[in-house]
Amino acid sequence: MYAQMVKAEGAKSREEMSDQERAFQDRIDRGEKIEPKEWMPEGYRKTLIRQIGQHAHSEIVGQLPEGNWITRAPTLERKAILLAKVQDEAGHGLYLYSAAETLGVSRDELLAALHSGKMKYSSIFNYPTLNWADIGTVGWLVDGAAIMNQVQLQKTSYGPYSRAMIRICKEESFHQRQGYDILLKMCLQGTPEQKDMAQDAMNRFWYPALMMFGPSDKDSVHSAQSMQWKIKINTNDELRQKFVDQTVPQAKYLGLTIPDPNLKWNEEKGGHDFSEPDWDEFFEVIAGNGPCNAERLEARVTAWEDGAWFRDGLMAHAKKQDARRAAARLAAE
Amino acid sequence: MSSEWPLWEVFIRGQHGLNHRHVGSLHASDAEMAICNARDVYTRRNEGVSIWVVKSNEITASAPSDKGPLFEPSNSKVYRHPTFFDIPAEVGHM
Ligand SMILES: [Fe+2]
Ligand SMILES: [Fe+2]
Repeated sequence: MYAQMVKAEGAKSREEMSDQERAFQDRIDRGEKIEPKEWMPEGYRKTLIRQIGQHAHSEIVGQLPEGNWITRAPTLERKAILLAKVQDEAGHGLYLYSAAETLGVSRDELLAALHSGKMKYSSIFNYPTLNWADIGTVGWLVDGAAIMNQVQLQKTSYGPYSRAMIRICKEESFHQRQGYDILLKMCLQGTPEQKDMAQDAMNRFWYPALMMFGPSDKDSVHSAQSMQWKIKINTNDELRQKFVDQTVPQAKYLGLTIPDPNLKWNEEKGGHDFSEPDWDEFFEVIAGNGPCNAERLEARVTAWEDGAWFRDGLMAHAKKQDARRAAARLAAE
Repeated sequence: MSSEWPLWEVFIRGQHGLNHRHVGSLHASDAEMAICNARDVYTRRNEGVSIWVVKSNEITASAPSDKGPLFEPSNSKVYRHPTFFDIPAEVGHM
């Protein structure tokens, strides 16, 4: 997902827990929210910083593939819509960084970890956006997959994270709809060439979108711990299944073919059977060898470094103003 | 590393004459910028008519460990609620 393969710390059985840890787990089991200054196990805190941080990085890096098309959107209206969407993503990054900061990590530390490659962002943003149909497909499938994950995380146990998710979910459905709307136009009212572009985009984004949920977690210890702490609510497989089932009729309406010969309705399980994405490709992308990893990271690092003089200048100005105000107050006394 | 911009807490008054409510936080070099950023981040969809910002480190908060001493004493004072008193039906609305 936006946070894929987050390593959870310190899985413990009830018997292994201290009294304090047991009381903490009881609070979570009762559905209470954990707030920043309250006691929490070190593993809970660290895992959350990793997960929320990775989620925040994904929002920010996720602006790049779409930002790529703002200047080339086909109409002024599409341009304004895309600009608003990309601006929302900046806001999502900010809500999440703020939530992570309540756990005792600074914004600069988080950004440094992103820039050094120590922290990851979602694999999906390492794929290029080659044509306008890609922007439609990203909104529809990528934001669609993100929503699937974020809706359940509104119920997460950590208060600031949960509140950030609630806010984000309110803004997200516009993202998915604007994407689908682009494809409606191209597929139902467009030329055959435009429809082909949409199919090409679908072919390239389908499996990377499925990868967003992360590998199957049925035997993952980390996943079990995260679920016990309610910082993960559904398994990766549950969410992926839901996503596929939701997407099939939407693709059909557009007249697009999902590039999976094994995709078919399974009456018995009440869901679709479908092919797994190529997990070797996924691990390669996570390891930094996707088509755009280097480009994305470089764009972030350059923006950060080029902005340093500006951030420092404004800070120096603010300090000077403070000093001036303090002096004026003193003189008035 | 350069000096990090301070953190500000953002409070917004919604449309309907409500109190300002905490909506989140952000970094800004000074108060003016904090207001501008708050407008851009927290009121993109008509969420407010007024913004307060305050530096996070200037907020004094009660400690979670004081929850008991601070709030438990009121639990037993049920007579502070109107439902504690039985008013005869004949009296009418009160
Ligand atoms: Fe987002
Ligand atoms: Fe989005």
